[in-house]
Amino acid sequence: MAASTATKKPAKSKERVKLSGMALHEQRWGRLFVASPFIGFCLFSAFPIVFAFVASLSNWTGTNSIFQNFIGLKNYTDLFTDMRFWKTMGTTVIYMIGIPVGMILGLLIAVAMNRKIPGVKILRTMYYVPVISSLVAVAILWAWVFNYDYGLFNTIIKAITGAKGPNWLGDEMWVKVAMIIFMVWKGLGTSIILYLSGLQNIPRDYYEAATIDGATGIQAFRHITIPLVSPVTFYLLITGIIGGFQVFVEVTVMVANGGTNYSAATVVYYLWDKAFKSQQMGYGSAMAFVLAIIIFIVTAINFYGQNKWVKTID
Amino acid sequence: MAKTIGSSGGVRSKGSYILDKVLLVVLSLGAIVMVFPLFYMIMCSFMTKNQILSANFSVIPNPWVFGMYSEVLHKGLFLSGIRNSLTVAIPVLVVGGFTSSLAAFSFAKLRFRGREQMFLALLATMMIPFAVVMIPQYVMFTKVGWTNSLLPLIIPGLFGNVSIIFFLRQNLTSIPNDMVDAAKIDGCSYFQIYYKVFLPMMKGALMTQIILWFMGIWNDYLAPTIFVQNEKWYTLQVVIRSFNDQYAVNSNYPLIMAASVISMLPTLLLFFFFQRYIIESMALSGVKG
Repeated sequence: MAASTATKKPAKSKERVKLSGMALHEQRWGRLFVASPFIGFCLFSAFPIVFAFVASLSNWTGTNSIFQNFIGLKNYTDLFTDMRFWKTMGTTVIYMIGIPVGMILGLLIAVAMNRKIPGVKILRTMYYVPVISSLVAVAILWAWVFNYDYGLFNTIIKAITGAKGPNWLGDEMWVKVAMIIFMVWKGLGTSIILYLSGLQNIPRDYYEAATIDGATGIQAFRHITIPLVSPVTFYLLITGIIGGFQVFVEVTVMVANGGTNYSAATVVYYLWDKAFKSQQMGYGSAMAFVLAIIIFIVTAINFYGQNKWVKTID
Repeated sequence: MAKTIGSSGGVRSKGSYILDKVLLVVLSLGAIVMVFPLFYMIMCSFMTKNQILSANFSVIPNPWVFGMYSEVLHKGLFLSGIRNSLTVAIPVLVVGGFTSSLAAFSFAKLRFRGREQMFLALLATMMIPFAVVMIPQYVMFTKVGWTNSLLPLIIPGLFGNVSIIFFLRQNLTSIPNDMVDAAKIDGCSYFQIYYKVFLPMMKGALMTQIILWFMGIWNDYLAPTIFVQNEKWYTLQVVIRSFNDQYAVNSNYPLIMAASVISMLPTLLLFFFFQRYIIESMALSGVKG
């Protein structure tokens, strides 16, 4: 870092000749005011990324020398044959089923709320409370809700059907269903709030014109509402995917050791397990890099594809 | 279909009036489902262990037990958790709020070379998964001997928060640049322009962002669990989690639930008081992307 600022200096002094005294003065202060976040960026983002990349090429444990244990791309090639990595990646993607579920529910609820029914404001708050609740606290709560013997779900299931409900968190398949239910519950309020503000931006006369042309409510929903809230859908999709690839807390709080046969573990859980429990920090760094690249590619595809379906008003 | 003009000026038919009622019922049922787990959590914190574990499902505590809350508050770890969370939040919000708003002002209103590049570099960090930087950060913090303190949670925040800078900068672009020139003519220094002209203008937006940031710090779990090893420095969320591990073994769920309820109170109260601003700011970030 010190070297790079030293090499930049002469170039700047050449530029300075062109700037007037006033502009130079503004430039100095302007740079000083953004210095703090920029230094933070160098220390806590840029440097760690470079560091993580170098570390990912080494059999690093966090305490040994990175360079003496240099192994080239071995961590990456190992990762490709690591079944546990693919399993946790699969689980991470399965959890993302919750994204469209939350979006559809959120849009339907937002459309209903947008009808200006009295009392809707209180309901909106109720849907939003899980969003602002502590993730750890509600994960603890839901682990209890899903409890096989005493949990809320199985008590209700037993009261209605008389049969015992599934072993939500203990079963390899049901644990995924449980996690998806939990995540949809936690995030639904965000979709509702964002869709509501998206709906409020649609001019009323669009619907009036559609009604005059004889369109049914469903047709108006299909051809006006859905296209015109597509920027919100896009935002929810992007943030949902980026967040979805990084799910960790839910897993570590709700099940022990990644669940039965590691069935609940996500990529970040596995990465954390490797780096901080097994001290395989080089391997963990390689995994983090692959994760970052996957997130980058998926986000880029989404941005590239947005012209095809994301519409704007005007 | 007979249409009447409603008092709101919109077109309302009788059918749509009935539809409104039906939707209200459906939405209310949905809302009850959403908050029921949280309501049940509060109720459980007043129940006896036996009632929670009994085969008969019940929501209302019988008898009401209020002792769990004082028991939780008498646990040293719980109190130190609250203290530690506040020790992290206060300096970060004060200093970080200042550095973020100052940088936002500079990015929005001052002209300097490299401005766009620096801003883009900062924005890019929002896309980097925490998983990538957490391992090197952990090693850095260990090397400088910070892991036996709260410094790993405090120091990075002091430099500012990228999403707040982004949000405030967006906010300021709608204010005409003439304001800067006018203040200059009045003899204000650049810092005075920030402090006297622009800070008052972004006060509302900044306060909302700081409240949201507080919620983020208060609810954060991943960073504290990685960077803080000594039990003495556990933040509240880490404490709650360790309670869960410790007391679930003997099924002391009332205690766990009481601890969770207390831990959620500050953010819930903040939300209820500043709801309008918080929701507005959430909605803005979604619409503007």
